[in-house]
Amino acid sequence: MSSLSSSVIRIRGLTRTFQLKSGPVHAVRGIDLTVGRGEILGFLGPNGAGKTTTLRMLTTLLPPSGGDAEIAGHDLLRDPAGVRRRIGYVAQSGGLDPACGVREELVTQCRLHLMSRGAARERAGELARELGLSDLMDRPTGALSGGQRRRLEIAMGLANRPEVLFLDEPTTGLDPGSRAELWELVARVRAEHGTTVFLTTHYLDEADALADRVVVVDSGRIVAEGTPADLKTRYTGDPAASLQDAFLAITGRGATGEPVAI
Amino acid sequence: MTLLAHTGIVFGRALRATLRSKTNLFFGMLQPLLFLALFGPLLTELDIGVSGSSWQALVPGVLIQLTLLGGSYVGLGLLMDRSLGVVDRMRVTPVTPLALLLGRTLRDVVQLVAQAVLLVLLGLALGLRAPLPGVLLGLLFVAVVAAALSALSYGLAMHIRTGQEFAAVVNTAGMPLMLLAGLLLPMSLAPGWLDGISRAVPFRYTVDAVRQVFLGHYANGTVAVGAAVTLALAALCLLAGARLFRSAPA
Repeated sequence: MSSLSSSVIRIRGLTRTFQLKSGPVHAVRGIDLTVGRGEILGFLGPNGAGKTTTLRMLTTLLPPSGGDAEIAGHDLLRDPAGVRRRIGYVAQSGGLDPACGVREELVTQCRLHLMSRGAARERAGELARELGLSDLMDRPTGALSGGQRRRLEIAMGLANRPEVLFLDEPTTGLDPGSRAELWELVARVRAEHGTTVFLTTHYLDEADALADRVVVVDSGRIVAEGTPADLKTRYTGDPAASLQDAFLAITGRGATGEPVAI
Repeated sequence: MTLLAHTGIVFGRALRATLRSKTNLFFGMLQPLLFLALFGPLLTELDIGVSGSSWQALVPGVLIQLTLLGGSYVGLGLLMDRSLGVVDRMRVTPVTPLALLLGRTLRDVVQLVAQAVLLVLLGLALGLRAPLPGVLLGLLFVAVVAAALSALSYGLAMHIRTGQEFAAVVNTAGMPLMLLAGLLLPMSLAPGWLDGISRAVPFRYTVDAVRQVFLGHYANGTVAVGAAVTLALAALCLLAGARLFRSAPA
């Protein structure tokens, strides 16, 4: 694990309890985690493990019930606006208006990051070139393919050149070709800009292909962490085992009811 | 200043979205106009106890009805944006959270005032007689009520899950308010008990004030009470809307 001085996310004792009519639900039961600058972290777990709840807390959308965190040099509880300035977030639902054009979405996102009109237009063009969207600028986002839509969402997440990019289940619903493209894209963003990437997934192959380090969560707690190779060796005794085997050994069940996506 | 600039950014996006949806815009404008054109003529031969033609009572009523309905339903659009993730995406930017509410509300005010202008023009063509300062004052009332209801509607929409639930809540609250405010026919026609209940409905004072200013009467008790009640209601709704918007659950 990276040393404290080069860490960009420090999470201590983060918890979240939802009060429902049927009683309290402990979605996140105490997460301690440090993420190094430039690291790609795979936050892996079955559906309902608390991945999205954790992400929503780290992106300031949901106040934690307990614990604290420092993200990109800003305290999550005392300075959420500071955190928002320095992070990018792509939710599972994406956040695109299907009637809105690609150019307008990009420019508006830059404006929401408080760039002047001119700077926003310039940055939008730059992002479009970098993410291969230049030919799609005048299309409504509803007319994009799944892969193109994801690329646009990530472009918008990068509008402010964030130190940390949070991706929630980034390849859910994409075809195999688009998934591979997206992995390449995320790796390239990190290589070119040193962006730290915190991504949740329930696809084991995704964590294996993309993440420097995997954190396995189950029932709101971290149950294992390490490089994919570490986890395979530690939990199955065989570095050539699949991450699926390791995952089964850790949680006592498969990551998802569906087969591992190819 | 920051709040104003941020509100401007959100307003711009919301307004462009409105102008893009031509169908919505067209039908949204058409309905109140049809109402005036097809319902209004029924009243012209009746004595509804107002000075001047029945249009003097009806046009202000339809104006406030348009604002009441148009303003209270804007939350549906926010619900749609919430389910698309648009709202959360914008909440994770440095834009002041309050601006996300005020930018949209300002768009609704502009849209409803524009619709109100068309409505007044049609009213004038049908027989309404009102001086320009009176019409401008009337539109100011429309703008204040629009802001109040729009903000409250958005606040509510942040706490309700589905469009059906939202529509049910707004319908249930809106329908009696509209009837009790005496929008279509003045409450001077009502039996005592109905008139009594209607005095608890703030929009009654708004519409009575608009009727007065359309007659060119600006400095009387009805206008003063209407303005005071409308402003107090707006302050309350904006405050509640902002609180509800901020305290939105995940």
